[in-house]
Amino acid sequence: MQELVNSLFVFMLAGFIGFEVIRRVSPLLHTPLMSLTNALDAIAVVGAIVLAGAHESKFATVLGAVAIVAATSNIVGGFLITDRMLKMFKASRAPKART
Amino acid sequence: MISTGTIVIQFVYLIATALFILSLRWMSSPATARRGVQAGELGMLLAIAGTLLQHGIVDYRWIAIGLVLGTIIGVPLGKVQMTAVPQRTALSHAFGALCVTLVGTAEFYLHSPNVPRFTMAVLSMEVILGGLTFTGSLMAAGKLQEILPQRPLTYKGQNFVNLAVLAVAVGLAIELVRHPGEKHLFPFMVAIPVAFGVMMIVPIGGADMPTVISLLNSYAGLSAAMMGFVLDSKLLIIAGALDGSSGFILSVIMSKAMNRSFTNVLFGAFGQVQVSHSAAAEEKTVHSATPEEAAEILGAANSVMIVPGYGMAVAQAQHKVRELFDALTKRGVQVTFGIHPVAGRMPGHMNVLLAEADIPYDKLMGMDDANPMLPQTDVALVIGANDVTNPAARTDAGSPIYGMPILEVDKARTVMVIKRGLGLGFAGIENPLYYLDKTLMLFGDAKSFVGSIVHELSGSAGH
Repeated sequence: MQELVNSLFVFMLAGFIGFEVIRRVSPLLHTPLMSLTNALDAIAVVGAIVLAGAHESKFATVLGAVAIVAATSNIVGGFLITDRMLKMFKASRAPKART
Repeated sequence: MISTGTIVIQFVYLIATALFILSLRWMSSPATARRGVQAGELGMLLAIAGTLLQHGIVDYRWIAIGLVLGTIIGVPLGKVQMTAVPQRTALSHAFGALCVTLVGTAEFYLHSPNVPRFTMAVLSMEVILGGLTFTGSLMAAGKLQEILPQRPLTYKGQNFVNLAVLAVAVGLAIELVRHPGEKHLFPFMVAIPVAFGVMMIVPIGGADMPTVISLLNSYAGLSAAMMGFVLDSKLLIIAGALDGSSGFILSVIMSKAMNRSFTNVLFGAFGQVQVSHSAAAEEKTVHSATPEEAAEILGAANSVMIVPGYGMAVAQAQHKVRELFDALTKRGVQVTFGIHPVAGRMPGHMNVLLAEADIPYDKLMGMDDANPMLPQTDVALVIGANDVTNPAARTDAGSPIYGMPILEVDKARTVMVIKRGLGLGFAGIENPLYYLDKTLMLFGDAKSFVGSIVHELSGSAGH
């Protein structure tokens, strides 16, 4: 029980940190923000790896393996597309001497 | 006794968590954002490497197959066209939710009936949220890809039926919390939310997608955090909470930008096509102009604000818009872009499309910055946007969009609207903007019309 209470504290604090950090994200970047958080969220792969590797039952192993596929595609695809999008955001070049 | 290995892994997770928070922190500005992605990647790499070293893992074959297959699927998903980003995002919410639901299901069958009550409660929330997010996101992706009809499908009592279905799933969850040994109930607790996900998205139309995608984002994050509770993984709880709050904040921003209360969004009352109450047959006159006339006015202006909407993306006109931006800038015209938060199909959609077309991001103005500039703007050029510029939102208390914050283009000295015809917007509402004396309607396809204006401008620039 104590562990669950600890987890609740962590959850609440992370929620507040998330709120404060995300609030500061420029609206320009809301699309890459969503693809980035999506990639980070795929950290759930960690749970799937333990499940697929522990070999506790055939059923759990197969579900774990499918879960790894789903999460890994989010990690790879999410980071790739976020970086591609961010590369496109450029500031104006130094104003050209033009009257 | 905790082994040294476990302690090392916990420290690795701790570092990964810090990197994740920094990653989002660096998203605050385009200048540091790419560093944010690198921090996220490093954190992810550390976390996965640490997990693979865990001694509980006895068999690496399935893990390897999963990682390789996931990479094979992930690479093309990372390389889609920028116009396809909304459906790609919806699809990735579905994958995230699928992962969480599968892990939750496996955990239940491994430990039932010895599941503590609290664990069973969060596990139920995990699979319910995960299940509905999985199919809901697939449906959203289908609608955005236009595999499924974009038109909202509604019937009488829909909200009641949906809530009743969800209530059954919650009832099953409560029963399972009380008797975690009742394995036969579990498949229903997964299947019902999976069906609910479909029913939830059926009544939603294309223009509501920004809110819906954000909401699904939030659900996906929350379900991952629940999974963290079940597995007692602080890393997962934090990552899920960050993702959940990000989706939550975005949905609040989106619903505010559409003047909808958050409960209205949560209960899926959105997307209903409003029936226009004004007599559409009433004859009103509009002023229209040719590309030559439009080019002349734009070329003579001091300041121009371009207001893009989803129509620009549909017509793939963003690169032509970039040429227009160049041609006008070359003549010394100040060109900016006014971007409404819900323009497009997901939060920030327009910004990405314009950035891809090489428009500098400091020219992209959010609604709060754009509106004070509009009264001093010579020409507001609306391309493929409709309801977000409708002055009835400000003036007509009887209008269904009354109170919705809009880009006040009618305050500019001249308004130009590129549009295929005088059709109604998504909400089915007349736009009085088109009948103002200062408004010029430019009838035609956005891409070719902008192209003709550019042609005119560059043709006469030589002298």
